Amino acid sequence: MNQQDLESRFQDKIDREVKIEAKDWMPDAYRKTLIRQISQHAHSEVVGMLPEGNWITRAPSLRRKAALLAKVQDEGGHGLYLYAAAETMGVSRDQLLDELHTGKAKYSSIFNYPALSWADMGAIGWLVDGAAIMNQVMLQRTSYGPYSRAMIRICKEESFHQRQGYEILLTLVRGSAEQKAMAQDSLNRWWWPSLMMFGPSDAESTHSAQSMAWKIKRKSNDVLRQAFVDATVPQAQYLGLTIPDPDLKWNEETGHWEFGPIDWDEFWNVVKGNGICNRQRLRDRVNAHEEGAWVRDAALAYAEKKQARKAVVTP
Amino acid sequence: MNQTASPSLFQFALYMADNCLVLGHRLGEWCGHGPVLEQDIAMTNISLDLIGQARLYYQYAAELEGKGRTEDDLAYLRSEREYTNALLVELPNGDFAHTIARQFLFDAWHLPFLKTMLSSPDAGLADIAGKAVKEVTYHLKWSREWVLRLGDGTDESHQRMQTALDEAWMYRLELLMPAPFEQRLIDAGVIAGPDEIRNDWEQTIADTLREATLTTPDDPAVQTGGKTGIHTEHLGHMLADLQYMQRAYPGLEW
Ligand SMILES: [Fe+2]
Ligand SMILES: [Fe+2]
Repeated sequence: MNQQDLESRFQDKIDREVKIEAKDWMPDAYRKTLIRQISQHAHSEVVGMLPEGNWITRAPSLRRKAALLAKVQDEGGHGLYLYAAAETMGVSRDQLLDELHTGKAKYSSIFNYPALSWADMGAIGWLVDGAAIMNQVMLQRTSYGPYSRAMIRICKEESFHQRQGYEILLTLVRGSAEQKAMAQDSLNRWWWPSLMMFGPSDAESTHSAQSMAWKIKRKSNDVLRQAFVDATVPQAQYLGLTIPDPDLKWNEETGHWEFGPIDWDEFWNVVKGNGICNRQRLRDRVNAHEEGAWVRDAALAYAEKKQARKAVVTP
Repeated sequence: MNQTASPSLFQFALYMADNCLVLGHRLGEWCGHGPVLEQDIAMTNISLDLIGQARLYYQYAAELEGKGRTEDDLAYLRSEREYTNALLVELPNGDFAHTIARQFLFDAWHLPFLKTMLSSPDAGLADIAGKAVKEVTYHLKWSREWVLRLGDGTDESHQRMQTALDEAWMYRLELLMPAPFEQRLIDAGVIAGPDEIRNDWEQTIADTLREATLTTPDDPAVQTGGKTGIHTEHLGHMLADLQYMQRAYPGLEW
């Protein structure tokens, strides 16, 4: 079969909603796009452990401490599922980590913002996991089978994270004036970066059209962003917190919440590496990896010795 | 104090709680920084188990005390002089080998001790042991395997593991030296004495070090004091972190 036939058969499968599997033929560009997206997603889970990790030692009660630890651990687990999904496309985790550590691969920019108060553990769960869910629910139906299946597992845990975050804030707004102010401050800092998580507006987005045709993505950035705002505004109202957007208003006709302009200069600045935590996050990951090298080497050497001894005993 | 409960039992429950919380907290410090993702997750698992166990002991202690204090009051509002954990568990994480040495020496005591606690005439303790023993069986399996991997891995890992073991060694015996509150419970038959644990504990350590090609340290020094609230300089810093919110904003719900 020639290239053109292969490609049209591939597109036909996509159009019929048949999942693409690891062993199936696929265009190089499809493979490349997926490797980039899945690894970016995996890196985001792992780098995403850091801002919340910043509060594990300071969690205000034993119950909260355990819940936060379990949440951050889940994100590590998501990283594992996603690295495994990327590996089905013929790249190794080491290769992908190398790209992260050398700054070639990106991760979600939201994690370059600092986690400054306990309320941030609430806002991150509610808004950051909340925004991630919008994207991930869509990705459960993505065209690549292993990615789709990883997403189905991940989504089950994510909705739990979001509820946990919301519940932290609910406790704060029902508490003292100081606690309520802490919650409002946190919303003020995390609201706009959360909207930016969906990426540039559709008009500016370079990868979107092809990804939609391949059904890697199934909804555009702007559609997802709007769905997030519509879902989140009533939740903020229930908390009695004010969303930091003077232009926010309900549009009776469209049935959507309209929101003010996003500061894309800030977005691109952070993407380019100039956010307050970019360098710190990357340094933390690189340090963990480099300081862990002798441990990984030891495990490998031990496994090889054990294998060799077994071979001697059972010829 | 609850009428029938002995002050020693209360102190013992706190001692076990402090051991579990302090070690669980230390392991939690690794979260996001582990040497490889799988072990990051494994350490968080053990941390979660230990914090869960700490909560059971604190809740039991609060109940025994009967003064309306909660698990969080006991964990967050006692000073370092009131914490009675063994010194071993508060040692800093160091490199991964130090974390493993600390964990292994603790687990090697913890598991056989919990096994004896299963048949304690005190139903509260027996109940906690019943919940914890399976978890701690896994902890020992995990830490023992890592002593083997590091000890019998590369030259570098062997050297690091040996150093970590040498450094932790003088803290291990405190676990087997009963504080007055423990002695009273031993005499009353509520918990097992060190002689019931020692063989199992020594055997585990000796077998593991031999298989790991490590040298048993011959350091005669023994450090104690944790059980009477005289700690290393490290604990105060840990509690400053752990208790920060409750100290900065007293009396609030979180
Ligand atoms: Fe996640
Ligand atoms: Fe999450």
